[in-house]
Parts: sequence; structure tokens; C-alpha cells
Amino acid sequence: MKSKANKGGSRWNPARWWTARSRPDEEDKPLEALRFVVLDTETTGLDPERDRMLSIGAVRVHGGRILVKEALELYLQQEHFNRKSVPIHGILREGTHPRIAEAEALRLLTDYTGDSLIVGHHINFDKAILQRGLYRQGMQPLRNTCLDTGLLYQNTLLKTPLLRKKEFYSLDDLARRFDLPRTDRHTALGDAYLTAMALLHILDLLKGKGIHTRKQLLKAGRVG
Amino acid sequence: MSNLISERVADFLRRYPPFEELTALDLERLSLEVEIMYKEKGGYVFREGEDTHPHFYVVNKGAVDLRRTETGEMVDICDEGDIFGLRPLMAGDQYRLEARAREESILYAIPIESFRPYVTTYEEVGNFLIESFASNTRNPYSKEHAGVLVSGEAVAAKRAPARFSELLPVIPTKRIVSCNPETPVWEVAALMTEKNVGSVLILKEGLPVGIITDKDLRNQVVVGRHPISAPASEVMTHPVLTYPQRLTITQAQLAMMKHDISHLCLTEDGTPDSPVTGILTKYDLMLALGNNPEVLMRAIKRTRKIKSLKPLRGQIAHLLQGYLEHNLPMSIVMKIITELNDACVKRVIALSLKKEGPAPVGFAWLSMGSQGRGEQLLQTDQDNALVFEPVAAQKLEATRSYFLNLAERVTRGLRSIGFEYCPADMMASNPEWCLSLDAWKEKVGGWIQNPGADQVLLSSIFFDYNLTYGKSEPVRELSEFIFEQVGEHPAFCGHLASGALQNPSPTGFFRQFLVEQDGKHKDFFDIKKRALMPLTDAARVLILSHRIKGINGTAERFEKLAELEPNNRELFLSCSYATKALLKFRTKQGLRHGDSGRFIALDGLSKEEKVKLKRTFKTIKEVQELLAIRFKIATFPI
Repeated sequence: MKSKANKGGSRWNPARWWTARSRPDEEDKPLEALRFVVLDTETTGLDPERDRMLSIGAVRVHGGRILVKEALELYLQQEHFNRKSVPIHGILREGTHPRIAEAEALRLLTDYTGDSLIVGHHINFDKAILQRGLYRQGMQPLRNTCLDTGLLYQNTLLKTPLLRKKEFYSLDDLARRFDLPRTDRHTALGDAYLTAMALLHILDLLKGKGIHTRKQLLKAGRVG
Repeated sequence: MSNLISERVADFLRRYPPFEELTALDLERLSLEVEIMYKEKGGYVFREGEDTHPHFYVVNKGAVDLRRTETGEMVDICDEGDIFGLRPLMAGDQYRLEARAREESILYAIPIESFRPYVTTYEEVGNFLIESFASNTRNPYSKEHAGVLVSGEAVAAKRAPARFSELLPVIPTKRIVSCNPETPVWEVAALMTEKNVGSVLILKEGLPVGIITDKDLRNQVVVGRHPISAPASEVMTHPVLTYPQRLTITQAQLAMMKHDISHLCLTEDGTPDSPVTGILTKYDLMLALGNNPEVLMRAIKRTRKIKSLKPLRGQIAHLLQGYLEHNLPMSIVMKIITELNDACVKRVIALSLKKEGPAPVGFAWLSMGSQGRGEQLLQTDQDNALVFEPVAAQKLEATRSYFLNLAERVTRGLRSIGFEYCPADMMASNPEWCLSLDAWKEKVGGWIQNPGADQVLLSSIFFDYNLTYGKSEPVRELSEFIFEQVGEHPAFCGHLASGALQNPSPTGFFRQFLVEQDGKHKDFFDIKKRALMPLTDAARVLILSHRIKGINGTAERFEKLAELEPNNRELFLSCSYATKALLKFRTKQGLRHGDSGRFIALDGLSKEEKVKLKRTFKTIKEVQELLAIRFKIATFPI
């Protein structure tokens, strides 16, 4: 998987990344200049300790655009298998997609994300299950800053006592709000794409709330 | 190699020319190269004179305006599936137009380098491009306009509709077909056939003395009363009814109706003693009347798809613009536009009902806020609620979920035709605003009995409700309940009044405009919050304290108040006037900038406009003082 981050020779490196982040010009970077990787994982269940990833989908958002060619779609070989999740994800143990080992998938993913901001809908779960996988494979944990579209969306809402905000906005809520097609729900890349589209809408709404820089964005939607 | 996203891109592109010509494999390859972008309303895709991008664009969702920057002249509106920004790339030129998102849009950016090979390998693609470019150049509007690429008919269909025109001067046929009184009738008939007209004027020394129409030929000649060799003077209708050339369409219609004629002869000064300047026929009028409220109303009622209401809404906006330009009385304008907007909402509900199946019990769809008051002229947010008739406890859940589904469908439909979602989620699709009559009574009763700040705010939005669709009984019952409750809890009006005084003042100590301090609209004047809301709120509490039902409009409420309180007549009438003036001001601003008109850039206003605005502020202050005294609100600084 070739990515722009790799061209600069900046394969993800925590040390480099920390120094980059602390630079003040980095903090003030406008939203348009930020690199996002929007990702979603499909898993065998909701327990990061016990459950495993079935597939990972990710898209790159840069300069307000989603680059179709650079979408990442990985299907993982399964040892652990939870029959109950099949009806939701439609991923069978022996699917038609070529499958790769978890270690390989995680390596491809960390290469792909580089030092981008990682975005996801309720990303805490995806992050937990990814970290668990990285740990299992004896790899470095993800150190990227993570943003949650659920949290970011909360910040776009009107601040008024009249609006009873939900505690939890689902991806379907966002899709309805932004009128996005839900054809590929519950596939990793489909959800990642839907989340990326939602992110583009949200970023615009946030600008209306006076959020223009990386620093302000992190304040609004950073998790973990 | 393709991925799920590129497959979706391909699925979309496949439906439109020229992509439909590509083989599945080529389309797959091309789709992979696409970049997907989001443009906020008003966002630029490219500007006039800018160097070309490496991409051209296809509208996936939304619409994009192509304009000339200098004149603001609209060259084309591209919507779903239309391509733009391609020709300058093919020609190696700069952009000659600006492209801005007309509404929130999603675009596919396709790299020209990936597309170019197909132009030569596929004959159909090349032909399509040549044809589109050519048909565009043929179009007088987009002569030499690079950047547009849509098929010819589409351009014609999408061109802005004719403005509202009843008050526009008529455009008569300048080409006058005439003859002498001595001309034989058969020659007159031959002339009419040759020129393909329905009437001939009979001129004597340049002045109109008579007219011969098809009808005269039938009634006078064909029935045998006169031979075909008879002179025109014997057959013609005379004297000719003449009218001045500066006639409005309405006047012309009236004249035709009054005299039961279909041709009007226009002369220089309107008398038969001055030279003829033109002929106006019924057909001319019908053409001019292509855009009037009646025609629009009929069109709205005939729509079979929610989507087809969208262009009609555009026409309503044009109508509104015309009304304002011709300074029609604001109260009439509001009524007509509200009726049309209401008809659109009704249609959306009716169409949604068809899809959702018949309602289990009777219900009423309420419009709240500005729409409920009949003051929604521009496309603003939707505020609505739903009340359904009481049902047995065991059926309540099923009934509620039916209505929530219906409301969800309706609000989505409304959004798709330009009514944005309410940012505070005050919509019938919200379970809090979709209740049975009993639940509503309980809710509203709670507001009135324990009026805190939130309850007052909620009441102020909800109490302007108006029935848009459905049964009137539950609404009437709810209204009666509210009045009963307000009567029992007199303190409520006081709270409502004090709420009305919470609005920020429009001007500061030095009588300068107060502008927004931060956010998206920093340094703009918020005409809604600072000028219109104080009036609306004052009218509501005063009318409620008088227990007057059924008047929702702010201006009408003040007029009623003027009638009820002769000693405050002056003040209330000027409030009514101020309301109308401010609404008009806001609407004009909104039309000028293509938004809700709420936030006004002060440096864009003329001195006169500023003075006009400030004049209304004095009235606002006075009515607020009246509220403070009447409802004994101590905290208001008088």
C-alpha cells in the first residue's frame, strides 16, 4: 500500500511524531491542512479482550477530500470465531476476500496511518481492539491522536437547554442527519467511508462554531 | 483493483453520460482515481480566472452554480450527474466562470489525465463532449462559456423561470398587421393567413378606427351577412378600445374580461387619437403569466414525488423577489408565500402518508415558530410537532412508532426540498415533539404551572403553532386547554413577558448597532434576535393575556391589539408596521445573499437603510417598556 505519508520517508515513528506535534505551527495548522485516517473495524464481538478483528477499513481524508484509490480494506484470518456476529457483518469464516494474518494486517495499517490523526465513530472501541491486537503481536502500540466523530458531532449541536442531547449518537444518526446513503453499513470500509463523509460535514459545521485549527479540533473531539 | 468505495463511485457514474459508455473495467479504473469532496453551501470549487485544477468535477449530491463573477449572471446550475469544469482542461484554458456550491454538495473530482485517454478511445465519449460543448455555444446565455458541460435540453429546462409578472408592464406584439378601411375582406383574410395572426387593425391616416379578428370573419362573412368583397370598414368591430402602452398584466387581463375581447390595441397616449404602438393578445398574457401563484399552487398539488417540489420552491423564491421589487404590501406577500410554502409541506406529508400507509388514528401536523406565524418567507429551518388522538394504553407504543416513522419521513422530505433541520431538534421526528393529545396537555400544562426559563422559551416557540395538515379537533382542544391553564395561572404571562424582555438590545449606549461578538457571524447584526424577536415575543404575550385565539401573525396580532386598546393604538400600529418593515428587510437581505437573511453586514447597508432600521428600534423599546410596566417586571432597565 503506497501512501503519501510514506513518500516523505516518515513511516510511523513515535519519537518523530511527538516532536512534530509539540511544534506551535503544528498546533495552529488549519483543518484543511490536516491529514486524517478514518477507520473502522468489524469484530467478532464487543469485548476487546476476548473478541477479534474480522476486517479493517480505512480511508484517507486530506484537504477536505477522500482519496478513493488509497482506501484500505483488510480481511483477517480467523482463529477465534463468534458465530453470533455473522448475521450482522455478513463476514463468514471462509469468505471470498483474500485473508491475511493479524500481524500482517496490523503492519499494513500502521504503515497506512503514519502520523495522521485517527478518526472513527466511537473510536475508543476500535482503538482498544487494535491496541490489544498490537500487543498480542508484540508490536508497538498506536500513539496517534484519536478523534471521535460522535464527540465532534456533539460539539456541532446548538448549546441550548431546549435540545436534549443524546448521550450517544450512532453512525446511523449521523447518516440520517447528513442524508448519507447507508448501503454499505456493517462492512469495515463502508462504515469508515460513511464516517469520513460525516467527518467532512462535521468539520464544516465546526468551522461555524469557531473551530479552525488542529488545537481547537483536538479540544473538541480528542479521546484517549 | 477496485474497492468498495470505488464500486459505489462507479455505480453512480454509470448512470450518467458519458460514463455510461465506458466498459465496466474502464469505469472501475477511472472510479479508483476519483477524489470525493464536500463543499459547504456557498463554497467555491473554482473562481473565474483561476488556473485550471488537475481535475474536473461531477456533482454527486447537491447542486453547483456556474456564474460570471463580475455580473453575477447565472450561466448554469449543475445538479446530480452533471459535469463541470471540463472544457478549460481540454482546451488548456483558465476557468472563465466561477463555480460555487448552491447547496451543501458532494462532488467527485476526476483527474483529467485519467479521463483523457477515453475521449479518444471511445467515439461516443468524444462525440458527447463535442455535442455538449457545441450545444452550449449555441445557447446565447453561455456563449464562449468554458466549463459547462451538460446536454442542451437540460440547460433550457433549468434556466431561471420568469419572474412574477402581474405587475410587470405588458410586452405587446410590436409587429402590427394593418390595412385600410377600403381593403376587401378576402384580402384581409389572406393577409391574416400570410402573417399568421388572429387580428388586423384598420387604420385611417395612421389612427386605429377598427379591428377585424377571426371571430368577426366568422360572424360577419362566413355566415353570409357580407360578401367576401365587402370593404373592411363594413365588417370591422368599431370603435376600437384603445389602451395606453404602459399597461400592467393585471390591467390588461381586467380589460379583456370586462369587454370580453381577446385583443387589445395599445396607442401612444391610450386614446384612439394617437398612433398605434402595439397589439396585445390573450396569448401574450398567458405566456407572461407562466409564473403566478395560482399556476404554482396547481403545480404543487400535482406533484407525485417529493423531489419535484424542489424546483417549485425555487419558483416561489422568484415570485417573492418579484413581489418585493414591486413593493407589494407585506401582509399580502406574507399570505401568498405562506400559502405556497404550506402547500409544499402539505404535499410532502400527503406523499409520505401514501408511503407509510394510513394513520392508525387522527392526527394533526403543527408548524411552529415563524412558519406557524405565517412569517416564513425564505427557506429557513423547520420547526414542527405532531399531535395524535388518544389511544388505548396497549396500542400507544405502536401508534407512537407509526407517527415517529411518518415524521421522520416527512422531515427528511422537507429537508430535501430546502427546509433545513431545526438545530434544536424541535421536530415531529423527535419523540419529545410527537405526542398524543393527553401527553401534550400534560407537557404544556407543566410549562404553564412551573414556568422556568426553559419552559418560557419552549412556550414561546410552541405557542405560535398552526395546523398544517390533519384534523383540527385535537388542535382546537389543545388551544382551549392552553387558554384555560393560562387563565388559572396568571403568573405565567408575567414570566412570558419577562422572557420577552430578555432579548438583547439592538443598539448600544451611543445608539450604534450592536453586532455579534464572536462565532461565524462575528461583526454581523443579528436582525432576528435583536429586532424581530422582541416584537414577536411582545405580541404573543399581549395577545395571550387578552385571550385572543386564532391570530398567529405578529403584525396581525398588533393590529388586533390596537383595536382592543385604543389608548395604545398608536404604539401597536407602529409595532405592526415595524414588524412588516423588518421582515421585508430581512427577506430582501436573504434574497440578495441567498441565505436566511438573519445576519446582516452593516457596511453593506446604505445610510437610508440604516436609518430605517433604527426607526423600528424606537418602537421596540417602547413596547418593551409597556410590557415591563404592565407585567410589573422590575429588572428591566427603563
